Amino acid sequence: MTLAAQDLSIGVRLHDVSLALEPGKITAICGPNGAGKSTLLKAFAGLLQAHAGAVNLDDSNLATLHPRERAKRIGYLPQAHEIAWDVPVRSLVELGRMAHGDTRAEPVDAAIAALNIEPLQDRRAQSLSGGETARVLLARVLAGEPAWILADEPLAALDIGHQLALLRHLRAAADQGAGVVLVLHDLAHAMNYADRVIVLSDGRLAADGEPEAALDVSTLQSVWKVDAQWIGADGKRALIAR
Amino acid sequence: MNRAVLLFGLLLAIALPLSLLAGRVWLWPDATPNAAIILAELRLPRALLAVIVGAGLGAAGAAMQGYLRNPLADPGLFGIAPGAALGAVVALWFGYTASAWLLPLFALLGAGGAMALLAAIAGRTGGIALFTLAGLMVASLAGALTALAISMAPNAFAMSEIVLWLNGALTDRSWREVLLAAPLVGLGVLLLWRTGKSLDALTLGEPVARSLGVNTGALLWTLIAGIGLTVGASVAVAGIIGFVGLIVPHLVRPLTDSRPSQLILPSALAGALLVLLADSAVRVLPFVTELRLGIALSLLGAPFFLWLLIRMRRGLE
Repeated sequence: MTLAAQDLSIGVRLHDVSLALEPGKITAICGPNGAGKSTLLKAFAGLLQAHAGAVNLDDSNLATLHPRERAKRIGYLPQAHEIAWDVPVRSLVELGRMAHGDTRAEPVDAAIAALNIEPLQDRRAQSLSGGETARVLLARVLAGEPAWILADEPLAALDIGHQLALLRHLRAAADQGAGVVLVLHDLAHAMNYADRVIVLSDGRLAADGEPEAALDVSTLQSVWKVDAQWIGADGKRALIAR
Repeated sequence: MNRAVLLFGLLLAIALPLSLLAGRVWLWPDATPNAAIILAELRLPRALLAVIVGAGLGAAGAAMQGYLRNPLADPGLFGIAPGAALGAVVALWFGYTASAWLLPLFALLGAGGAMALLAAIAGRTGGIALFTLAGLMVASLAGALTALAISMAPNAFAMSEIVLWLNGALTDRSWREVLLAAPLVGLGVLLLWRTGKSLDALTLGEPVARSLGVNTGALLWTLIAGIGLTVGASVAVAGIIGFVGLIVPHLVRPLTDSRPSQLILPSALAGALLVLLADSAVRVLPFVTELRLGIALSLLGAPFFLWLLIRMRRGLE
């Protein structure tokens, strides 16, 4: 089970990126604004056309895969939490089953239970707070039982309690075998919670590896142009300016 | 089957036979002379045409609002109705009204032309902004050409015919129009109904809908075809009847769970009911000449639109 980019170039935003994602792990994509993080994530979700190179799911090119087949295996959570109509919360979670052509209760209930949103499922979408909406929309992705979960800044606009809870849910999904890929702005979250960090700079791969190595002081200096240092123990790191 | 379908289906089943009795002359089947002929040749086709036109406009409005994720969208805004009207105006301009088939045929050609233009501009990328802009441009181009045709009408008779026709009506329609519109509107409503699931996914935005497996390009083509058939056929047989597509989904939405897929069929039924009631009302109103249905619905629709805007503003405050 692989999801890999090969010599991938998209417009002016991404140049010659080659990397293979791993199932069962949390991979964080980091980089300054405009580095191409969301573009790379959308390309992995099959939502962008490559100008050169390709994204391959197992052995098939994502661009030639039927949209429904792709949707069964890759779940995508964008940064914007758009919900146009005041629909029932449970129907939003059920949308995750769309590619499967069913609204089977079992995976929907499992996703609702995994994110502890049972009390919300009879409410309407527009009555939800920001944190509740984030959980409901992640439940929508989980209900599709995808092999890959791609989320664009899922922690943005959430308070620290909801951020940590969401990270716990994503870790649980990775522990069950899903490949979790997150665009993260908060480098401390990437350092403490990811298994692997990919750093992009100006649309190119700047670093790739375990968090300690990919986010070392010299990378912070060369990519983000900041003079900063990590403090604290393993798994509880914080970044401060020097 | 949701409760809105049941409710509007039931109301329509009650209103349809009653509407046959309403008119300048109230009809009592056992007392009015020639009641059977009046019913069979005048009132029944007119009532059925009201149902067909209303159903098409209601379903088109619901699908349009679902696709654009905007409660203020109306199928009339997107070029297909003005395109159909332009086709009909061309037929009137050249005096091609001797054969009763020619005017609706020209209107359908106009609708088809507008659809083709929309599809050519916006169909390939499937983007909502491009579709909206293209629709508005097609609408304004067709509107300008219609105005040009009116200002350069060959004679005063043609001009008054065009102006009269543009204010839609169901007066003096026969089974011919029913047979023309029914299959087209039926197919159109079916196409729109089939987009329901994809429209539900669009609730979460276009990227999510695509990630869920929705082929947004195919969705746009289906919508253009569905709206072209329903609105094009409606304009072809009845002229411009505005605001039905805008009002009806708003009347129906509170009775459903707001999912676009749950709105399309009840909107078709409610649209049928609204046009049937409005057409019965204009027949009964004691004016010297019958109030045009298009004018009546605009008089009803514009204040409704304003009320909607005020309510939305209050919601924002």
